Amino acid sequence: MVFSLVGGAIPSFKAFGLKFIVSGDWDPTEGREVYGALPFIAGTLLTSFAALLISLPLSFSTSLFLGEYYKGTRVARILGMLVDLLAGIPSIVYGLWGFYVLRPLMIDLGFGGQGFGIFTASLILAIMIIPYATSLSNEIIAMVPNDLKEAAYSLGATRLEVIQTVTIPTARSGIVAGYILSFGRALGETMAVTMLIGNTNRVPDSFFGTGNTMASVIANQFGEADGLKLSSLIAIGLLLFLITGIVNGVGKLIIKKMT
Amino acid sequence: MTQTIAEIKNPALSIRDLSIAYDKNYAVKNVTVDIKKNTVTAIMGPSGCGKSTLLRALNRMHELYENITTEGKVLLHEENIYDMSTIKLRRQMGMVFQRPNPFPTMSIFDNVIAGYKLNGNSLKKKEKDEIVERSLRDVALWDEVKDSLHKKGTFLSGGQQQRLCIARALAFGPEIILMDEPTSALDPIATSKVEDLLVKLKEHYTIILVTHNMSQAARISDYSLFMYLGELVEYGKTKNMFTNPKDPRTEQYLTGKFG
Repeated sequence: MVFSLVGGAIPSFKAFGLKFIVSGDWDPTEGREVYGALPFIAGTLLTSFAALLISLPLSFSTSLFLGEYYKGTRVARILGMLVDLLAGIPSIVYGLWGFYVLRPLMIDLGFGGQGFGIFTASLILAIMIIPYATSLSNEIIAMVPNDLKEAAYSLGATRLEVIQTVTIPTARSGIVAGYILSFGRALGETMAVTMLIGNTNRVPDSFFGTGNTMASVIANQFGEADGLKLSSLIAIGLLLFLITGIVNGVGKLIIKKMT
Repeated sequence: MTQTIAEIKNPALSIRDLSIAYDKNYAVKNVTVDIKKNTVTAIMGPSGCGKSTLLRALNRMHELYENITTEGKVLLHEENIYDMSTIKLRRQMGMVFQRPNPFPTMSIFDNVIAGYKLNGNSLKKKEKDEIVERSLRDVALWDEVKDSLHKKGTFLSGGQQQRLCIARALAFGPEIILMDEPTSALDPIATSKVEDLLVKLKEHYTIILVTHNMSQAARISDYSLFMYLGELVEYGKTKNMFTNPKDPRTEQYLTGKFG
């Protein structure tokens, strides 16, 4: 796969060099074709980061609820199951829900235009990565040994203090790794994002404006692409592959170091 | 029920008709005992006799888990501990656990001072230094760790870690120290160091020690409590109990007929 990606991307890198990564132009007009990946890199990173930030308070509090406060109870099992269920919903269903529920809501709330855009895409991405972030950090929070927590209780700590000074610091690197892996998922998510981001091939000028991501542009344009354009799309695929590979590698490394 | 209450004036702790049940199964039945100040009192008995449950009831650690009912009273300075706030109670009752459990994310220094930190007391640097040095000297660990106070506590050997945990329990200046088989995870040399330490510490503290090791109880305790199936079978001076047990069950246990 790496070979075919690299092979396919060579003509594009030959034509544009490093400018391919930093250039914001994407013009498929015949005769003056220019392709730069910056709009998509920016869109991908922006939506994924925003999704991570939006999902953080929700998934973090859920994982504390499941892994600490209600650990081992029926409430936790049922809620945990529901959260896991979220992970099993196909991307296209999220996209449809986003298109028919979230997008009109955005219009009603006055976020401009047709309700498409980076913000809307980030919201749907946030909902999609919540189950991953939650179940990873929940497992790690639940793994914090009881005798450490008891030691803190025996020193007169309250539950909140135990969580702040023992549970979270002990689980910290695992929690961080869980969020890095979730970020990795957000980077590569395609379908739901494509349906909601607006698919404009320029560097986004506002968080509430439209944009495009690396995965979306490939999905939208590979069918009609040939020559230099196809090669550029493959090059974007290669870049996406590298970014997600690095992000996931770092996350897995941290988890491995923990256990 | 045979019940022998040793005559003790001004007890450090008076346990009155204490019963503890997990899901209606009584683990401790109607225990009444006075604990003498500045002594080492050993709680002995075969596994499952309720000795750990009794100990954990004294700083209300047993309440961390659900489905526990507690009946009876424990008086500390005439005040029933079950009417006190657990935070206030636990400051007066240090606890040392079976396995050494220093906080893995904290340095040796921070481990000793953790009780203050957890309770939100802010101390001047000088005060902190004093408390840490005094507590570590009390457990004869100062000379071994004074040059590495800011290294993680988990780098120490098992015996050193356990002494660090004792220092952590002492730092707050409790009156009573509860110990739940504190040497069961240690090698013989580390065990004898901890035992010597306990004998020394009773000058300033009252120590209640759960042990399954009869020779340890004989070596270091002043008073002994023998429990069997949740009942207090015999309580008295260790010397008397080991040479002249009153209850046949105590005699059988001490001579190794069961346990």
